[in-house]
Amino acid sequence: MAPRLKLFLPLVLFVVLAAFLFRGLSLDPTALPSALIDRPLPDFQLTELADDRPLTRADVIGEAALFNVWATWCISCRVEHPYLQQLADRGVPIYGINYKDEDAAARRWLRDLGNPYRANIVDREGTLGVDLGVYGAPETYLVDAAGVIRYRHVGVIDERVWRDTLEPLWREILALENSP
Amino acid sequence: MNRLLTATLAFWMLLLALPVAAVIETYEFSEPELEQRYRELSQELRCPKCQNQNIADSNAPISQDLRRLLHQQLEAGASDQEILAFMVARYGEFVRYRPAFNAATAVLWLAPVLLLLAGGMGLLLLLRGRKQSPSSLDSDEQARLTALLQSAEKDA
Repeated sequence: MAPRLKLFLPLVLFVVLAAFLFRGLSLDPTALPSALIDRPLPDFQLTELADDRPLTRADVIGEAALFNVWATWCISCRVEHPYLQQLADRGVPIYGINYKDEDAAARRWLRDLGNPYRANIVDREGTLGVDLGVYGAPETYLVDAAGVIRYRHVGVIDERVWRDTLEPLWREILALENSP
Repeated sequence: MNRLLTATLAFWMLLLALPVAAVIETYEFSEPELEQRYRELSQELRCPKCQNQNIADSNAPISQDLRRLLHQQLEAGASDQEILAFMVARYGEFVRYRPAFNAATAVLWLAPVLLLLAGGMGLLLLLRGRKQSPSSLDSDEQARLTALLQSAEKDA
């Protein structure tokens, strides 16, 4: 009986390999887990895009919000922009991190396309970006009222990403904060 | 003939154009020892954006930023350990080509050894099984074999 079973070994190996490869098809190898999950939003001392006033970490925390890393050189950010506007219109607080960009171009972008952001942190040198572990744009961080990073999404936010991934987390955070 | 000439020319032009794509900016170091460490660390650190390049080879904006930080920190007197810890705190173990051994990377480090052991065991079992089979005739079978061979000789 045992030698008979041995004949099935290649089939078993094939099935195991196929299962792993099939799983691999639906994984995105460019999406990295953030090292900052459940860690506080890093400190920074930068300025606001519209009026150059100083902006620090204390100015942007206190309520759960999205932090969206964007730039005018980032084509996907343009794709994502209308959806961010929709979210903002629905009352989701969004802060912008204008990443390695030119102020004039960024201001023009907001004037022409609309401004979904509560405030825009100007990160011209990418220092806040490095502290956050940003490696491209767009990236969006979900930060709770205590200023702790709860999730990072790499890439464009659209209806599907919001509905399937971000909104459940968002509701969970709000529910935790509203319960004593 | 003309086409061959054009192809040869194109080939050489292509070959000559490659070094142009290399990393452009250079840094001044106060000590040659720092430059050596810069070279080693930038080979070891992986570009988070391009994934299969180290930051020394990559010209992605993020690699430029990380090289600038590496230079700043080396000049500020940080140790290799401190610099690697700084990078890992922001980009995760992924940013090192030789990640530290911990629960998350154990499979990565141990898999080659385990696979080698499993392969060796399999080979050993296979070879042993093969050696045993020829000498496994008992005395009865041996006697039948001799009888068969003798009767075959008689027939011939």
